[in-house]
Amino acid sequence: MIDVATLSNTLLYSAFIIYLIGTVFFAATIKDKQKRENVGFVHKLAIFTTVIGLLAHVGYFVTRWIASGNAPVGNLFEFVTFFGMMLVFAFLILFSIYRIYLLGLFTLPIALLLIAYASMFQTEISPLLPSLQSHWLYIHVTTVGLGQAILAISFIAGLIYLIREIDQTIPTKKTKWLEVIMYTIFATVGFVVITSGFEAANYNATFTYEENGEELSLDYHLPAIFGPQDAELVTENRMDAWLDTPTWIQGAEAPRKLNTLVWSLIIGFALYVLVRLIVRKRIAAVIQPLLKKANSELIDEVCYRAVAIGFPVFTLGGLIFASIWAQQAWDRYWGWDPKEVWALITFFFYAIFLHLRLSRGWHGEKSAWLAVIGFGIIMFNLIVVNLVLAGLHSYA
Amino acid sequence: MSDYICNACGQHNKEGTTICSSCGKPLDHEQSTKLLNMRYDGTAIRSKTRNRSIVDKVWNFFSSIKVGVTLIAIALIASAIGTIYPQEMYIPATVEPLEHYRDQYGISGQIYYQLGFHELYSSWWYMLIIGMIGISIFIVSLDRGIPLYKALKYQKVKRHQKFLTRQKLFREYENVSNQDKKTFVQNLKKRRYRIREDNGHILAEKGRFSRWGPYVNHTGLIIFLIGTLLRFLPFMHVDDMLWVREGETAVIPHTNQEYYLENNNFTVEFYGESEEDAKYEESLENVNQPIPKHFQTDAVIYRDTSMVTGADPELKKVKKGKIVLNEPMSINGLTLYQNSYQLNEFQSMSFNLHKKDDQSEESIGSFTVDLTEPKKRYTFDNGFEILLDEYFPEYEIVDGEPESVSNYPRNPGFVFLVYPPDSEEPEVSFLSIGRNIDPTNENQYKLSLADFEVRNVTGLSVKKDYTLPIVGLGAIIFMIGVVQGMYWHHRRIWIHPDDNRLLVAAHTNKNWFGLRKEFEKSIDHTNFSMIVDQEEEKEDNQ
Ligand code: HEM
Repeated sequence: MIDVATLSNTLLYSAFIIYLIGTVFFAATIKDKQKRENVGFVHKLAIFTTVIGLLAHVGYFVTRWIASGNAPVGNLFEFVTFFGMMLVFAFLILFSIYRIYLLGLFTLPIALLLIAYASMFQTEISPLLPSLQSHWLYIHVTTVGLGQAILAISFIAGLIYLIREIDQTIPTKKTKWLEVIMYTIFATVGFVVITSGFEAANYNATFTYEENGEELSLDYHLPAIFGPQDAELVTENRMDAWLDTPTWIQGAEAPRKLNTLVWSLIIGFALYVLVRLIVRKRIAAVIQPLLKKANSELIDEVCYRAVAIGFPVFTLGGLIFASIWAQQAWDRYWGWDPKEVWALITFFFYAIFLHLRLSRGWHGEKSAWLAVIGFGIIMFNLIVVNLVLAGLHSYA
Repeated sequence: MSDYICNACGQHNKEGTTICSSCGKPLDHEQSTKLLNMRYDGTAIRSKTRNRSIVDKVWNFFSSIKVGVTLIAIALIASAIGTIYPQEMYIPATVEPLEHYRDQYGISGQIYYQLGFHELYSSWWYMLIIGMIGISIFIVSLDRGIPLYKALKYQKVKRHQKFLTRQKLFREYENVSNQDKKTFVQNLKKRRYRIREDNGHILAEKGRFSRWGPYVNHTGLIIFLIGTLLRFLPFMHVDDMLWVREGETAVIPHTNQEYYLENNNFTVEFYGESEEDAKYEESLENVNQPIPKHFQTDAVIYRDTSMVTGADPELKKVKKGKIVLNEPMSINGLTLYQNSYQLNEFQSMSFNLHKKDDQSEESIGSFTVDLTEPKKRYTFDNGFEILLDEYFPEYEIVDGEPESVSNYPRNPGFVFLVYPPDSEEPEVSFLSIGRNIDPTNENQYKLSLADFEVRNVTGLSVKKDYTLPIVGLGAIIFMIGVVQGMYWHHRRIWIHPDDNRLLVAAHTNKNWFGLRKEFEKSIDHTNFSMIVDQEEEKEDNQ
C-alpha cells in the first residue's frame, strides 16, 4: 500500500515538472516567427507535453484512489490538485475547438500554482466521515471540479483579453485593477515560498492561551505576526507574536490562518515590487507585447464559450448532484450551508454573465472583467469558504 | 401603422416589427448599411411596443433583461450576506440566539441578528426576490418566446436582398457555376443542414431547436420554484423522527399504525479500530478526537395484518436490512434516514438495600428498575417494600427543583420510599448518578446502585416529500434546456440568386467561429471563396 502511495506522489511531482517544461514550450510558440495559421514543431511539442503531463496527473489521481480506497477529492489538498488536473483537461477541450496556444501559456502556470498551493496543505490520506461515503459525493465533486475548471478557462481568456486590450500607456483605474489581479498571483507564489521555506527549516512555535477557562495551544509553522489573543510563547528561541489577532476573527485556528495570509500578502508584495523595480513597467505592460498576435475577437468568444460549456456542467455537479447527495445523506436536498450558498452564488453570477451577453454592449472588455470576477467567486468558494466559513463541507 | 407596411411586398406587419415578416426587408427605412439586429428575427416584442396601460407597464418591467439581471444580482448579494455568520439553524440549539451572535461575533453579530439576517433565506424579502425572478422568467418567456416561435415557423426561403446584405457574414459571388452551388448545397446537406428551396433561392438551416433552449430551461426553473413553494404547504411533506432502542419495536409514524420497526442492533465504528485503517494513521494522529466511520441500524420492518383497528397487532415481517447514512430505507412511500443516535442509554438499573451503617453493605433486598417501563412497587420476602415515588428519566435541577428535561433515560434520577417491615412511615431516598441523598439525614437504610445495563438508541428521520418529484422534474427540464441552448446552435445560410450573381449570407445565434469553420469546409471543391465578416471588415477599415 505504501508503495502505491509513494508512486502516486512521484507521479504528481512528475506532472508538475512536465507542466513546467510545457510552459516553456508554450512560451516558445510566441517567439516562433511563423505566421498565426502555421503550426510549427514547437507548437506540437507544447501540446504533446501538456498531454503527457495530464497523463501523469491522472496517474497520480488513479494511484491515490487505489491507495486510499476513496476517490481522492476528500480534503483541500486532494480537491485543489484535482481542480488543477481538470483545468488542464478543460484547456485541452477548448484548445481542440479553437487551437489557441496562448491559452496554454496561461493555463499551465495556473495549474502549476494550484498544485504548489495544494501541497502546502495536509497531504496525507485522510479518512472520510460517514456522510461523505457515497458515490454521489464522487460524482458531485468531480463534476463540480470539471465545471469550475471550464469556467476558469473563461477567466484565462478574459485575462488574456484584458492584458492585450487595456491601454498601458497611461495609468488608469483599469490598469490598476489589472495589476491587482497580477498581484494575487504573486501573493499565491508568496504563500508557496514562505510556507515551503519554513517547512524545510522545520519551524515550529507553540503558543498557549486560555479560552473559556480552558488551556489551549496552537502550533505556528511561520513566525507569528499575529498570535492568538493573550497568548504565551512556550517554544524557546522563537519570535514572539507582534500583534494579537483581532477578536472578531473567529475559530480555533483562525489566528494561524490570518498569520499565514498576512505573510503571503507581504512576501507576494515584496516579490511584486522587486519584479517591478527590475522591469520598470506594470506587469501587464510587460506581458502585453507578447499577445500582439492574438485575435481578440476570438479570445472574447472563447471567454463566452467556456461559460456556455461550463455553466451546464457546473449546474449539474454543483447544484443538482449536490442536492441528490444531500437528500441521501441528510434527508434534505438543500440546507443553506455556506458552501452550498456559494455554489448558488456562482450559478447566479454566471446566469448574469450569460444574460448580459445577450446585449451587445457587454461583449469584449466588460465580459472579460466579469469572467475575472467569476473566477474570483470560484476561488473564494474553494478556499475562503473552506478555511473560514466553516460548514458541512469544510475539509481541512 | 403605415410604417409597418412593407414597401417591397405590401405585407402588413405588427407595430414594432423591424424586419418584414414576409420578405425579410429591413423596415428601418434608412438607407443604412448597418448590420441587422437579428434577435427574435426582427419580430414585434410586446414589451417593446406597448406601454400604455398599467398591465403594459408591469409586463414591460418584468420582461426587461435589465430588471431580470438586477433581480438575480440582488439575490446573489443577499445570499452572500447570509454566509457572513452562521444561520440560526447552525448555531447550538441550547443557546439564546441573540446572546450567541453577540457573544461570538460582537457588535456586528448583534446587528446581523437584529436585521434578521440569521434566518435570511426564509425571510419574506428573500422569498419575494426569488418570487419576482420567477414572475420575470414567466413573463419574459411569453414576451419573446411566442414571437420568436412564429417568426421561425413562418420564415420564408426567399429573403429580400437587403436582408442578406446587412447580415454579419455576407458575400457576393460573380463567377460561381451552378455546379459549384450544387456542391455547396450538397456539402451543407452532409453537415445536416435542412435545405429548403424556392425558385433558386435556398435556405439551409440547422439546430433551430436550440433556440427553444432558454424557454425550456426557464420552464424548468418555474416548475422548480413551484415545487419549492409547495413545500410550504404542510400536507406536502412528512418530516418526523423515530427513536428506537435496541431490541425494541416501535410503530413508524404516518403509516396509520400499519408498519413497525424493530431495532435489532445499532453500531458505531470509529476510524483506527480496524487494521485497514492503517493508511490513515498519519492523518488520525493530527486530530485529537475519534473520527466516526460508520453508523448503522439493523432494522426489521413489520406490517400489522390484524385489519381490525384496536385489535392487538399481528406483526408480519416484510423487510429486513440496514439503514446507514447515505443508504436510507424506503417503506410504504416513506424514507427512513439514519439521522442521529444516542449511545449507552440506560436500560435498567439495579439497586441494593442495606443498613446505612453497614460497611460491608450486606444486601437486605435487591431489585432492578426497568427504565423504559419502571414498576412502581418492589416487595421483598423479608417484609420490606420499596415504592418508586418519582422518576426523572433525564434529571436536572431547574430553578432549584428536580425536573426531567426529556423522556429519555440519559441521566435517571429516582425518589424511593423505603418501607421497613411493619412500618407505616417510609424513609425517603434520592438517587441519581453520583448522588445519593438522604434528605432527612435520619434514614436507617440506604439504597446503593449495584449495576446497570445500557443500550444504544437509533434516531431515524421519517420523511416523505411530495414536492421532490416536482422539484426534480424542474431540475431535469432545466438541464435539458440549458444543454439544448448551449451545446447546439441555430445556423442559417441563405443563397440568393440575382442575375448572374449569387448573394450568400449566414447567421448563427452564437458561436460565429464554428459557423465560419463550417462554411469554410462546405465550400470545399467549389469556386466559392470564404464569406466575409462585415463587422470585422469595418473595424479594420477604421
Ligand atoms: C436564475 C435565473 C435564471 C437562469 C438560470 C436563466 C438561464 C438562462 C440561460 C442559460 C439562458 C440562455 C443564455 C444563452 O443562450 O446565452 C437564458 C436566456 C434568457 N433569459 Fe434567462 N435565466 C434566469 C432568469 C431570467 C430572468 C429573470 C429573465 C428576465 C428578464 C431572463 C430572461 C432571459 C432571456 C430574454 C433570454 C434569451 C432568450 C432567447 O435567446 O431567446 N432570464 N436564461
